[in-house]
Order: sequence, then structure tokens, then C-alpha cells
Amino acid sequence: MGRYFFRRFLYSLLTIWLIASVTFFMMHAIPGGPFTREKAIPDEILRVIEAKYNLDAPLYEQYFDYLKGLVTFDLGPSFQKVGTSVNDLIVAGFPNTAKVGFFAILAIIVIGVPVGIVSALKQNKPLDYIVMFGATLGVTIPSFVIATVYIYIFAGKLGWVPPFGLRNAVSYIGPMIALSGYSLSFVARLTRSSMLEILRADYIQTARANGLSEYSVIAKHAVKNAVIPVITYLGPTIAAIMTGSFVVERIFAIPGIGRYFVESVTNRDYTTIMAVTVLYATIYVFMVLLVDIAYALVDPRIRFEKEKA
Amino acid sequence: MNNILLEVSNLRTSFYSHLGEIQAVRGASFQLEKGKVLGIVGESGSGKSVSALSVMGLIQEPGKVKEGSVINFLGRDLTSLSNKAMSKIRGNDISMIFQDPMTSLNPVYSIENQMVEVIQRHQTITKKAAKERAVEMLKLVGIPQPEKRIKNYPHQFSGGMRQRVMIATALSCNPQLLIADEPTTALDVTIQAQILELMKDLKTRISTSIIIITHDLGVIAEICDNIVVMYGGTIMETGTEQDIFYNPQNPYTVGLHQSIPKMNVDEKARLVPIKGSPPDLLHPPIGCPFAGRCPHAMQICLEEQPPTFSISENHTSACWLLHEDAPKVGDYITAEVVSE
Ligand SMILES: Nc1ncnc2c1ncn2[C@@H]1O[C@H](COP(=O)(O)OP(=O)(O)OP(=O)(O)O)[C@@H](O)[C@H]1O
Ligand code: SF4
Ligand SMILES: [Mg+2]
Repeated sequence: MGRYFFRRFLYSLLTIWLIASVTFFMMHAIPGGPFTREKAIPDEILRVIEAKYNLDAPLYEQYFDYLKGLVTFDLGPSFQKVGTSVNDLIVAGFPNTAKVGFFAILAIIVIGVPVGIVSALKQNKPLDYIVMFGATLGVTIPSFVIATVYIYIFAGKLGWVPPFGLRNAVSYIGPMIALSGYSLSFVARLTRSSMLEILRADYIQTARANGLSEYSVIAKHAVKNAVIPVITYLGPTIAAIMTGSFVVERIFAIPGIGRYFVESVTNRDYTTIMAVTVLYATIYVFMVLLVDIAYALVDPRIRFEKEKA
Repeated sequence: MNNILLEVSNLRTSFYSHLGEIQAVRGASFQLEKGKVLGIVGESGSGKSVSALSVMGLIQEPGKVKEGSVINFLGRDLTSLSNKAMSKIRGNDISMIFQDPMTSLNPVYSIENQMVEVIQRHQTITKKAAKERAVEMLKLVGIPQPEKRIKNYPHQFSGGMRQRVMIATALSCNPQLLIADEPTTALDVTIQAQILELMKDLKTRISTSIIIITHDLGVIAEICDNIVVMYGGTIMETGTEQDIFYNPQNPYTVGLHQSIPKMNVDEKARLVPIKGSPPDLLHPPIGCPFAGRCPHAMQICLEEQPPTFSISENHTSACWLLHEDAPKVGDYITAEVVSE
């Protein structure tokens, strides 16, 4: 198994390299550059700027410089924020995104999964209807609506929380709700339907026929099987949350990384775009790897398949 | 008659679906003596599994064992017990194994984990002792290298081996009664024979009484002492193996015989499936459930459910043909009514 995951790790690195390369060449294939403006910059000035950022060098040279930068974690200067390096942007932004993201993910797992389980156990009872109604709202209301309403009520009307920033513990609640709302609801629904299916499985009947307590039937025999699809969903979700949400960070004025991503795209800030893309890809690829490891831990069939491979 | 282990009287089990009440079992009565093997046979949908699950207390929502049903197990009416009290009986006094061994074991836990859990649930013994017991049981049911195999997961066993594991687990707490619901139906023919052989062998080696459920009379021919024939949620005929095979007194039983392959009969004797389909349990017929398909159906069969006639001490049949006023056809005899 160890060997299998080592190989998977190498594949992950390969995937990241591929994504980094594709992003690089696509960026350069699109007409226009970071210094293209509606009001054209005089040619000679443009040439000076391009020379400064090495943009006049042959493409392959830029490419290798870029790869070298990636490997040494030197992501180069930002083209738009003069005087700041992309490293600075990430170091300043990522921890904020990660902190909020961490709590959002925690909420998704710690609330979403149990709520789904309880809902399944109370199928077609009032509690189930209430939960499913809430979960349906959760997946349909966009995060910016949740965020805006939240700020309007709790910061504006009641004044319980600061309207923006991450100044104290309570200020995390709003971004956490806005970030996790969709996925939490989705996980609750996914867990519920998966649980309902597992509860009809033959081995659950066997567990009952063997006289196991209802607690063991549910908590031990049903839940472990029921969370398998949830694990699949969580991988990409965690990656997405950890790389920040433009909308949520914007509304709550969180100096996170999500906004740089969007801003950098509109600004053609090559180095930032690529850095954030690679960051996203890295987190994504490793989350997928983590999901696979989690799978193998939960499901022996997969564990044995991997061993054979 | 203190030899009775299980006595089911007037069992009625229904499922309350949005379409209405599905009357899966409609007043079934049968009994099992200690140390004996009882076969329950009938076509698909005749209520065999529902009867067994009712005995186990495993009827799930929206199903319900109806008021007035009595399941007397060693002097206790199981229908009056709470689910918690029943769970102490399940796996301990009464065990059950199911049709599909491929899906009946939990795929994410090892055999050891699953067997030890059951043993420790019903007996206060150490994990080590429970494991030893589990290994012993695996050996009993013919799993080679049980010490090693017990570490394996269900997917590492074939269907036949999984059914052996199921049997080992079911017997691990020395139950008084084992219910096997079509234990061989999902298996290959050769494996079927092996599992039946195992059950026959176990029958002589352990004191557990057994109920075997099947839709195939041929399967239970040699292993059963008594047989219950079910149809449309009711009991059509009960008797010893001899009675059911050599002196069937119910047209449905006769039909079942004609629909099973016989080794010694020459190939030209074609199998005769029973024509038609089982009754609609949402709107069960007022009369005999078999009336729509019975070659001997009479007017009264459509109007009134036949009472149970007693042919001999253990042999009963619910069929109007046994009534003294009925026309004489075939080998059907005239008998006394024992219950309405
Ligand atoms: N959970 C349930 N909900 C609704 N109806 C059910 C349920 N379980 C069984 N039934 C109905 O009860 C009737 C009897 O089913 P049962 O499973 O006892 O048949 P069976 O004799 O065991 O047949 P088979 O050979 O197919 O296993 C069937 O018509 C079935 O549709
Ligand atoms: S009661 Fe009538 S319909 Fe039913 S089996 Fe007997 S003869 Fe046939
Ligand atoms: Mg059945």
C-alpha cells in the first residue's frame, strides 16, 4: 500500500507540472498582455516594462524561469501590485483564506454528516422534512445572498458582529456560514440518501438478525458504509474552499487569496494567475490523493485492489 | 406436548404502503418441535420471508405484525417483546441466515470483527475467547485454515464460503433455532449441494432446530422432518416429509411437485409450471387464494376460505376438496375440519 501511495504521489507531482505548463502556455497564447490598456501605453515604455519583467525573452526561456521559480517557491513579482512579490500576496492572503476555510470544512463535516444521518433515521418524520427543507434552501441560496443578509441582520440591525474583516472569533461565523452553506447542505443530503440506501442493505438486516444493538447497527455497520460517497465529494470541495471564494472574501472584506485570483485574471497578472492556479491545482491534486487514502482506510476492497496494483 | 420449540398461531403481517395494506401473511399457523427441521415452501411472494422475519421481530416500517398474532417461543410470546428484548434473543436463541451471502456480510469489516462482535454481544467473554469460539465455528462449517481466514474480509471469500461464514456466525451462540431463508438460492448448483450437505451434517451434530425456507421442494426433500406449504400469505398444507411428498392433499402442493425436476423420471416427462400468478395481496381473494389457478376450483372456493382439515396427527390441508360434500377427484380424501 505504501508503494502504491508513493507512486500516486509522483503522479500527483506530474499532474501539477502538467497543469502549470498548460496554464503557462495558455496565458501566453491569449492575445494581449498584462500591460495592455484601453489607452495604449507608448511603445518604448511598454518595451522597457517588458524587458524589466523579462517578457521579451523567448517563450521557452520564460517557461524554464517559471518552472524554476515554482520549484524554488519563488513565484516572481506581481505585475500589477508594484513592489510586491506573488509570494508576499500568498503569504498575506492564504492564511486568512485557510483559517476561514478550515472552520467552514469543519462545519461541513461535523454538522453535515450527523444531520444527514439523523434525517435518514427519521425519514418522513417532521424533523426530516425540516432538515431537508433547510438543506434545499442551503443548496439553492447563493453565498452572496447568505452573506449579505447575514451582515444586514447581525452586523447592521443587531450589531452583534463586525460587518467586515476577521477581527475576533465571532467575525469568523459569517464567512463560515456563507462558505459552507452550499456544501454543508449538499453533504447533509448526500449522507441522508446514502444512509437510506445502506439501511436497506442485506448486511444491516444481518446485523439486526444477529441481535446487535440498534446503536451498533447504525453507528458501526451503517455509517462507515454510508460515508464513502461523502468522502468522494469532500475532496474537491475542500480544495475549492481552501483556495478561497472571491464573493465571500469580497463581501466580508477578508484579505484572502480568493480575490487575488479573480483580480489577477482580469488584470492579466501572469505571475499571480499562474501562482494561484498552481496553488489550486496542488491543493486539489493532494486532496484527491487524500480522498484515496481515506477510501482505502474505510473500504478494505479498495485497500486490496491497491495492494495488487 | 412440551416438546414444542416454536408455535406460530394466526400470524398476520401487513405492510402499509401508500397504495394500501399489503397483506403479506394472512393468518399462518405452524409449529416446530425441538431438534426437528421444518421446511417452509411456496412460490415467490407467498409470504415465507415475511413469516420468518415476523418470528425474528425484524419486520421494518411500514410493516407490522398485527394484533392477535401469537409467536410462542419456549413459552414466551415474542410479539409482546420490545425491540431491545428481542435483540437479546436474536443471534442468541434464534438466528437467521439469508438468501444472498454476497451482500449479507458487511464489506468494510473483517470476518473476525463481525463474528467477535456477535459473540461478545450475547456472551460475557473476553475478545480472545470470542475469537477462539469464532475460529472453532469456522472450522465446524468447513472453512479451511480458519485461524488465517478469520482475518479476511468478505470480498476475499466466494459465495459458498460466505454462506458458511454466515452459518458459523449464526450458530456461534448455540441458538435453539436457526432460520435459513433460501440459503442456497443465490449459489451455483454444485455449491448449493455443498451447503445443503453441510446443513444436513450440522443437523446431526448440533442440537439446534432448523427452519429452511425455499421455493424448491426438491431442495428440502431429504433434510426436513416436517414441511409447511405456503401460498398467498396462508398455509395450504402441513405435514411430515412423507405426507407432503407421497400423500399431498392440496392441489397447490401437487402443482409444486409437478413443477420441480425429478432425477429419476425420464426426460420426456415435462415440467408443468403452475399456470397463472399469485394473488394480489393488496386485495386478497375472499375465498381460497389458489382458486384462480386451481384445476379443481369449485364455486365455494371463490366464496369462502377453506377451513383446515386434519388428515392425520400432523397432516393438515386447507382445501374444500377434503370436505365431505366435495366431488371425489384424484387421490384427495375426506377429512375432518380442525379450524376455520
Ligand atoms: N418491506 C415490504 N414492503 C412492502 N411489501 C413487502 C415488503 N416485504 C415483503 N412484501 C410483500 O409481501 C409479500 C410476501 O413477501 P415474502 O418476501 O414473504 O415472499 P417470499 O415467500 O419470501 O418470496 P421469495 O421467494 O420471493 O423470497 C410479497 O408480495 C411482497 O411484495
Ligand atoms: S380450496 Fe378449491 S381452489 Fe383452493 S386448492 Fe382446494 S380446490 Fe383448489
Ligand atoms: Mg423470501
